[in-house]
Amino acid sequence: MTTPSSDVLMSFEDAIATFDPVMGLEVHVELNTLTKMFCGCPTEFGAAPNTQVCPVCLGLPGALPVVNQKAVESAIRIGLALGCSIAPWSRFARKNYFYPDMPKDFQTSQYDEPIAFNGALDIVVETDDGPQSITLGIERAHMEEDTGKISHLGGATGRIHGADYSLIDYNRAGVPLIEIVTKPIEVEPALAPAVARAYVTELRELIVALGVSDAHMHQGSMRVDANLSLKPRGRAEFGTRTETKNVNSIRSVERAVRFEIQRQAVVLSSGGTIVQETRHFHENDGSTTSGRVKEEAEDYRYFPEPDLTPVAPDEAWVESLRATLPESPLLRRARIREEWGLSEHEMQSLINAGALDLVEQTVALGADPADARKWWTGEIARISNERGLDVAVLPITPADVHRIIVLTSDGALNDKLARQVIEGVLAGEGGPDEVVASRGLAVVSDDGALLEAIDAALAAQPDVADKIRDGKVQAAGAIVGAVMKATAGKADAARVRELILRRVSGA
Amino acid sequence: MSDLTRLDASETAAAVAAGEVTAREVAGAHLDRIEQTDEAVHAFVHVDRELTLAAADAVDAARASGGPLGPLAGVPLALKDVFTMRGAPTTCGSKILDGWRPPYDATVVERLRDAGVVVLGKTNMDEFAMGSSTENSAYGVTHNPWNLERIPGGSSGGSSAAVAARQAPLAIGTDTGGSIRQPAAVTGIVGVKPTYGAVSRYGLVAFSSSLDQGGPFARSVLDAALLHEVMAGHDPRDATSIDAPVPPVAAAARGELGGVDGLKVGVVTQLQGEGYQPGVQARFDEVVQLLTSLGADVVEVSCPSFDYALPAYYLIAPSECSSNLARFDGMRYGLRAGDDGKNGVEQVMAITRAEGFGPEVKRRIMLGTYALSAGYYDAYYGQAQKVRTLIRRDFEAAYRDVDVLLSPTTPTVAFPIGERADDPVAMYKADLATLPSSLYGGPAMSLPAGLGDDDLPVGVQLMAAVQRDEQVYRVGAALESALQERWGGPLLDRIPELATGGAA
Amino acid sequence: MPALDRDDVAHLARLSRLQLTDAERDHYGEQLDVILAAVARVAEVAADDVPPTTHAVPVVNVTRPDVVVPCLSREDVLSGAPAAEDDRFRVPRILDEEEQ
Repeated sequence: MTTPSSDVLMSFEDAIATFDPVMGLEVHVELNTLTKMFCGCPTEFGAAPNTQVCPVCLGLPGALPVVNQKAVESAIRIGLALGCSIAPWSRFARKNYFYPDMPKDFQTSQYDEPIAFNGALDIVVETDDGPQSITLGIERAHMEEDTGKISHLGGATGRIHGADYSLIDYNRAGVPLIEIVTKPIEVEPALAPAVARAYVTELRELIVALGVSDAHMHQGSMRVDANLSLKPRGRAEFGTRTETKNVNSIRSVERAVRFEIQRQAVVLSSGGTIVQETRHFHENDGSTTSGRVKEEAEDYRYFPEPDLTPVAPDEAWVESLRATLPESPLLRRARIREEWGLSEHEMQSLINAGALDLVEQTVALGADPADARKWWTGEIARISNERGLDVAVLPITPADVHRIIVLTSDGALNDKLARQVIEGVLAGEGGPDEVVASRGLAVVSDDGALLEAIDAALAAQPDVADKIRDGKVQAAGAIVGAVMKATAGKADAARVRELILRRVSGA
Repeated sequence: MSDLTRLDASETAAAVAAGEVTAREVAGAHLDRIEQTDEAVHAFVHVDRELTLAAADAVDAARASGGPLGPLAGVPLALKDVFTMRGAPTTCGSKILDGWRPPYDATVVERLRDAGVVVLGKTNMDEFAMGSSTENSAYGVTHNPWNLERIPGGSSGGSSAAVAARQAPLAIGTDTGGSIRQPAAVTGIVGVKPTYGAVSRYGLVAFSSSLDQGGPFARSVLDAALLHEVMAGHDPRDATSIDAPVPPVAAAARGELGGVDGLKVGVVTQLQGEGYQPGVQARFDEVVQLLTSLGADVVEVSCPSFDYALPAYYLIAPSECSSNLARFDGMRYGLRAGDDGKNGVEQVMAITRAEGFGPEVKRRIMLGTYALSAGYYDAYYGQAQKVRTLIRRDFEAAYRDVDVLLSPTTPTVAFPIGERADDPVAMYKADLATLPSSLYGGPAMSLPAGLGDDDLPVGVQLMAAVQRDEQVYRVGAALESALQERWGGPLLDRIPELATGGAA
Repeated sequence: MPALDRDDVAHLARLSRLQLTDAERDHYGEQLDVILAAVARVAEVAADDVPPTTHAVPVVNVTRPDVVVPCLSREDVLSGAPAAEDDRFRVPRILDEEEQ
């Protein structure tokens, strides 16, 4: 069992008063291509062990890799979206080291010739003075392959250090990865953890918008390694860095960086030195613990992969891919906020509800943004929460919601009826018009029928008419309620109120 | 029918197609020959009579049903044990793969099957194709049928010995630095390394990926060309496979592209003279004179960078092999040693590899590991890749002036078994003349040129520009016919008759 | 030309995952020295302006379409395994290495 190397942390405030943190974030994104990086095996998550494996990804003697065209395109699109230069000529290299989850005992990756390099990503962090925009440098984005999955078995703890043996499933081996590496990040020290979080959040949105990956951190299709070092305020050269792995959520990125700042600060302040090592983040208590100490410098003996040809995208190819880029999430949010007149808070709740795309599509069909937001983040979001499903996967479309909005603003539906229509659409009863028809949900718009119901209600509650005449207009609510009940909710409440007031005043 | 093991492949295919003999009879005759002679030669590491006969029966059935037959349908073939084939083990001459039965076919094996070629079995080789003598095999030494005390060349020595011993009319080998041409030369047969990328490497267990190339062994230039055409062609599973038509090698071998009259032939200054045995040099000089008499314009060509081919090769090939052979770690297939429940995975890998690999393989893995190490990469691997450029430039300059280049295939005839076993540098010199075209990537053929020192075969090497494989066949066929006219028959007619043992 | 001492050979052997005895280390060390002395001649030629050649026939952008092809059966996948358990490859315990 490993134990944390320091029990005491310096307070974050004290740490950043003395030290400047320098971060480097390495994000691995598993592409959602149908097949692996170098062979035609499927990449589907969760298949039975060793069923998505062929001679190539099992590294059988004699098997040869061939590059997945779609993976290269995704890599270039990611590079372009990050403002990178696309290398006119890049190669794969072999990174040689022995590890049983790597069938060839080398990883086919890119080394000194990445497909994309030198870009930038704008992020926004919340500060005490409001939102602040920061540009982070992107060092490179390169293609590589994933490893198999190891389970450690036996022993007391079931963890690696106590295990008796391990079992390996190679389904994941060879799944395409894009590794995106930032340039060293030096920001206002207090903001460092939030910047790390904002970067990963923004990058994830970009990846999702590009449609190149699910970018699910909990499933490991997006993984973050956080490099961190501290340097005493005023010192130019970087300190020794640690690399924290196993950071499995966006929130954890912030926590891990914060923890490492506090931990390293206490070590350095007490005269100790930081060991260059890999550390593991623990979700339960937010700590990091020492993993492998890099005793000797790694000697990966990189050399160009002789089984593959160089990737040399010409300008026409790159430009045709650039033409497929979506609007950057940051710009899109700013544009939408302005167009719809939303506050930052309203925008955030729209994003949190996962409904931005759906609302935008509904608006595109002609709906008012406020109406579209009301339904998607209200009733529909409520049902999605209830069912534990993403709004996007519910069986209701922007076109359905648009139709409901039209029916409501025409007065054919009221809000209560509209909720029933949504329920019917989600139950698979058809589109809004079919549900209205089959459930008989049209608003009662015949004044005669309504007046009949009003008279009956006034007769049953004779004191109400007097109260209204005495100026207590709100007393009409009781009659509205009775009329709505009598019409099974199909009346337009506003019209009913109007009729009551006219009736009582004798108009 | 007369002795079926004496027929050329083209003759056998014609006889099978005409119904004069069945593929099963042909296969049976060769299986018998293997049984009678292989105790002495030890060309094969695996023969499966039933599997072979079943493949032959499939050809006979196809013929009976009137289906189209390929140009080599029914012809038996010996396959170097470096190609994967379902239903048979693949060992690469290594203990580390003892018993491994690959779950897939090499592209070359698929093509053989589609063409109706009948695979007799897998042939012995230097472990992972590293060697020039077939002494570095975990499965015993192969003997040269010309003189059983001599090496049959390597690393494809099992394949060359099988063809020379009439155990098979055709064989497939692989050539990384000369592993087809050198064995062909020392056993008196034809062997061709096609242009790199002509033959798919999918299913060829890699030694040095940027150099490895499969190719044919045969007793005639035409047979080699027919097999070449079966093996070659674009394969989408090999990214380095050439996506262009296969040069017309069979037509060239039949003389349809013309003879050597008026062709320009370059003799490489750096690949003769010092270091070449007198008998080798004498046969080579005769070939040069013969070409002149046939109307070729023979000139001397200097390729100064060739002097650096040997050091460049012995950096590039070991570097790539150190990476290619990493996967043999005892985790997924093959040997696992030292797994006593206490040793960790790193130790088990190290013990497995120590037990599974022979000394030459270990030497080259460590050499390559060294050459790729941080701090040495530029001086060794990087520099060797630059030498490759210089060698390519020498070839390209030469082919601006001449159609083919000519040299002896090897500096010596077959040396005695054991002579160079623990002297790696002496052993490496066997490939002196074959290395340049390996590093360049162009096609090269070794053709029997007569007998040299100790009455053992000498080979002459013909080299041509990348993707001009037909040129070596064109010149090879013309030379073959002129030489055989002079000898009064094929050189192989002079091979001493092997004592036949085993079941008759 | 650096001569390889026993420690150098031990380092190479470790990187290469080859367990060697002391005697083997000495023996290979001597042989590697001889070979390295012979191959070091590559340094004599090829100036800075010479580009490296990595492929005999230079081609670029050889790719395959993103189309699924059949995998091996699990039986075939595990057929060569020295040890297997629960449809997976069983390997000795992994010590002092990175947790995945």
